[in-house]
Amino acid sequence: MSKRITIDPITRIEGHLRIDVEVDGGKVKKAWSSGQMWRGVELILLGRDPRDAWAITQRICGVCTTVHAITSVRAVENALNLEVPVNAQFIRNMIASAHAIHDHIVHFYHLSALDWVDVTSALKADPDKASALAESLSDWPMNSKHVMRQTQEKLKTFVTSGQLGPFANGYWGHPAMKLSPEVNLLAVAHYLQALEAQRHANKIVTILGSKSPHIQNLAVGGVANPIDTNSQSNLTIERLLAVKEHMDALGDFIRKVYLPDVGAIGAFYADWTKYGAGVTNYISTPDFPTDSKGTQFLVPGGHVPDGDLKQYKPFTQFGDAYLRDGVEESVKHAWYTYSKPGPLHPYQGETTPHYTDFEDDGKYSWLKAPTFYGKRAQVGPLANVLCGLAAGHQPTIGYATTMLDTVSSLLGSKVGPEILHSTIGRHAARAIRCGVMQDVLQQSWQMLIDNIGKGDTTTFNKPTFPKGEVMGFGMHEAPRGLLSHWTVIKDGKIANYQCVVPSTWNAGPRDETDVIGPYEASLMDNPIADAEQPLEVLRTVHSFDPCLACAVHVVDEEAGSAVSVKAL
Amino acid sequence: MTDNILEYGMRIVVLGVGNILMSDEGVGVHAVTDLSRRFQIPDEVEVIDGGTSGMDCLDRIAEADLLLIADCMRSKDKAPGTITRMADDEINAWFKTKISPHQVGLSDVLAACCFHGISPKRVVLIGVQPASFETSMELTPQVAAVLPKVVDTLVTELAAFGVALRPRQAA
Repeated sequence: MSKRITIDPITRIEGHLRIDVEVDGGKVKKAWSSGQMWRGVELILLGRDPRDAWAITQRICGVCTTVHAITSVRAVENALNLEVPVNAQFIRNMIASAHAIHDHIVHFYHLSALDWVDVTSALKADPDKASALAESLSDWPMNSKHVMRQTQEKLKTFVTSGQLGPFANGYWGHPAMKLSPEVNLLAVAHYLQALEAQRHANKIVTILGSKSPHIQNLAVGGVANPIDTNSQSNLTIERLLAVKEHMDALGDFIRKVYLPDVGAIGAFYADWTKYGAGVTNYISTPDFPTDSKGTQFLVPGGHVPDGDLKQYKPFTQFGDAYLRDGVEESVKHAWYTYSKPGPLHPYQGETTPHYTDFEDDGKYSWLKAPTFYGKRAQVGPLANVLCGLAAGHQPTIGYATTMLDTVSSLLGSKVGPEILHSTIGRHAARAIRCGVMQDVLQQSWQMLIDNIGKGDTTTFNKPTFPKGEVMGFGMHEAPRGLLSHWTVIKDGKIANYQCVVPSTWNAGPRDETDVIGPYEASLMDNPIADAEQPLEVLRTVHSFDPCLACAVHVVDEEAGSAVSVKAL
Repeated sequence: MTDNILEYGMRIVVLGVGNILMSDEGVGVHAVTDLSRRFQIPDEVEVIDGGTSGMDCLDRIAEADLLLIADCMRSKDKAPGTITRMADDEINAWFKTKISPHQVGLSDVLAACCFHGISPKRVVLIGVQPASFETSMELTPQVAAVLPKVVDTLVTELAAFGVALRPRQAA
């Protein structure tokens, strides 16, 4: 007999994602991914000054503030064909890479590790053995016996106080939890240390962006950080040196804790390399430009069809025509209507709500279904890492090799990049990309210092808006993948604005030809040990790092139990 | 005015949360913005426009002597614009039922603080019942009407904690 499981909401952070699966014979046979909130930011932007759009779009989401801000200014700059001073590119690159590091660390340790780590089991661990295991993986100084004992004590106090907080929703003792008590303790210790590490990333964003969580320093045409090596109020050498300290501390954590942890957890859950591949048509954008036009980048991106690295086709510049011309969005299964038939290109995009009930074969989501040349595409760190491998990008190859070597040595057999096309592989790819982001941060810092040293302190080119209509799009490889903002500007005012966000690519519903999206496809054939506790569904969906506040918007929701199960 | 407080290194955080793109959902942010506009903010008080963020605020919330939160708070039988006060233990209970759309981020941050042993010593929440979550950057008239009262409530809370705010000179 098959069963229908509904999980709502599925995210631990802001946003409402509902997932429905039909389970038969202990496996997922059908899946629906539904955004439960409506996004109306596009309507707020109509008629406004394009120079203000970034400050408004960064309010779409509390997690992805800076990425929307950066993508928005890029969209307007693309429409105006406006070059950006390289100092501004470097400063933006540092903000974006520091933000990405923050996001990847928080996602792994604080939002998804609990799908794999049984916190209560850590109470039974032998702290000395946990320390020995940790020290065999890296020379991080915070892996000592003392630290492990202390962590266990802290955990004991916390659990007995009854205030489990973020741990309260965990599936403790679930049959799919496989780590030994020692590995669980190690993970809890690093959960706590990750809280410290993420503060370093946040500090960098705050120093450069003037304020956090909403940065203040962007402008269409550059950044509003006057560079003055003498003035106290501006971007001084002291501030840049402070950035460097935070940057180095982050580098240690990523290399000595995050990467080995994901490798170890991946090796213990090697069966999860077989589930969750889903859509293997990947797209990702090149990013971290080093020239004023946006044609040279620190990290490559492009299209990897059918998971085949040999067919890799790069996107080569901001405004890339191959990317621009391939994107369409369908609303056949989304709660919108279009004034004309078929999917629409974002420049022609429309945002007219049309709510029905949740209809299995009809409309069931506030997300549109985007396609790339008619096909569904997966975005995210995995797509970006695959592009890096295909393009021969050295930092990506370096961190990927370290990761795969760790997994191979723990498994006792050699594994290659093919294991990345999976639920656990998405976590591995995110850690690999986090290493790459640390390199980008270091490089951008050095490039900024060197350029200032040459006497160039320009950070802003003034935009001018022509009479008549111009259009452009901004692209950014955000923590969750390819983010694009598309705008039409008429006589200096916004005439259309569409955000095609990573979670729309991944979490979108069935498309114009009823093909399922990446979340839905990745859930197929996932094992389900206990329908009342569908931990396996959470594992696969969380591996995408779902964040739907930007994909959609809020609606009143006084949800009762998060999981409901119905016999069919 | 606050010499003895500074002596003890008191630190107070006033945190406005909410999404200003969704009408009344953003009332907490509007409240702290107005607070800074109407009053001089002394050094020991930090006013944060938290938007809908979570972990980003951890650093500044950690170990505060008082965390004063302004937020929109949805409860079943209250009229739009109703102001509700909660403190300390009541807030933990509040987090367990689903009322605010950003409770998840905020409660995660507070729980993380607790686990880490860096919780704010006192937490007070001033909640405002919303009338609408429509896509708009304006508050509804019902909620806009109580905004000055929300700001006054924040000022009263600070005063009760020993920090008297002085109004800014009228321009």
